[in-house]
Amino acid sequence: MATIALPDSHADHHYTATGQTHTKIAIWAFIGSECFFFASLISTYLIYKGRSVSGPCPHTVCRGLHPILNIPVTSASTFVLLMSSLSMVLAHSAVVRGDRKYSRIWLATTALLGTTFLGFQAYEFTSFVHEGLKITTNLFGSTFFTLTGFHGAHVTAGVLWLVTMLFVDMKRGLGPRDAINVDVMALYWHFVDVIWVAIFTLVYLIQ
Amino acid sequence: MTADSSPSHELAAAHADEHHHPDWHTYKWVALVLTIITVGEVWIYYTPLKETRIFVPALLIMSVAKFTIVCMFYMHLKYDAKLFRGLFVGPLTIAVLVVISLLFLFGHLALHA
Repeated sequence: MATIALPDSHADHHYTATGQTHTKIAIWAFIGSECFFFASLISTYLIYKGRSVSGPCPHTVCRGLHPILNIPVTSASTFVLLMSSLSMVLAHSAVVRGDRKYSRIWLATTALLGTTFLGFQAYEFTSFVHEGLKITTNLFGSTFFTLTGFHGAHVTAGVLWLVTMLFVDMKRGLGPRDAINVDVMALYWHFVDVIWVAIFTLVYLIQ
Repeated sequence: MTADSSPSHELAAAHADEHHHPDWHTYKWVALVLTIITVGEVWIYYTPLKETRIFVPALLIMSVAKFTIVCMFYMHLKYDAKLFRGLFVGPLTIAVLVVISLLFLFGHLALHA
């Protein structure tokens, strides 16, 4: 029977009849389902936008309260998340090459940037609460905290995944055999990034 | 899906496709373009263009451009197997249509019922 030699990076992975690994198909199917999840949260936010009967409001002065969204801070956090995607692809690239030094550096950088983004979000949430906006205050508060909170939870899961992978890297070293596992983690991370691209425009910039 | 115990030539071709990923220079340019678009988005927010009719379409175009660039280059959809493109673009298209439909239903129709 004719056989072909598979590269080391594919040796331990199971392939479907499509020629692709189970894990990669699974993560893409998961990402597809996540599109529906975030679409439902984004549409709920947009439907209830401007229908709050009490302040504070996102963009305008309403009921004597000033606009609550802080665009400069959110722009900085958006930039941080975009840069984390760059460090993620560089980490994946280093793992594929078997470059242990740079795989550790870029994985740690990505985890650090993700944590920085979460720090920005914690600062934003805290300042909103101090200004009188809680999840139960009005429709804007409910939909805003639900949407951005779920996104933050996804980033948190991504950071934990990154830290776990970094731990594995430090313990036994990630090599080409682990490329698919890192690729799957990278796809999740980039998806979290593109969702924020949509949220930044729809929630923060468009009035 | 069933596990294929005997890898075929299509399998080899699929793996070969996977390895045509961009290099550092491409990633660097992609990051630069994404940064420039983000700066453009924030800049337009602080200009008088904010009060005009092109503000929202301009922001949406820039957002879609960023979304597409990340998916194509960082998520490797430009280089990976078409199956993954279908698994992502299919649900994404339906999700966007659902959002538009709900906005129409609860916005336009609710106001003009």
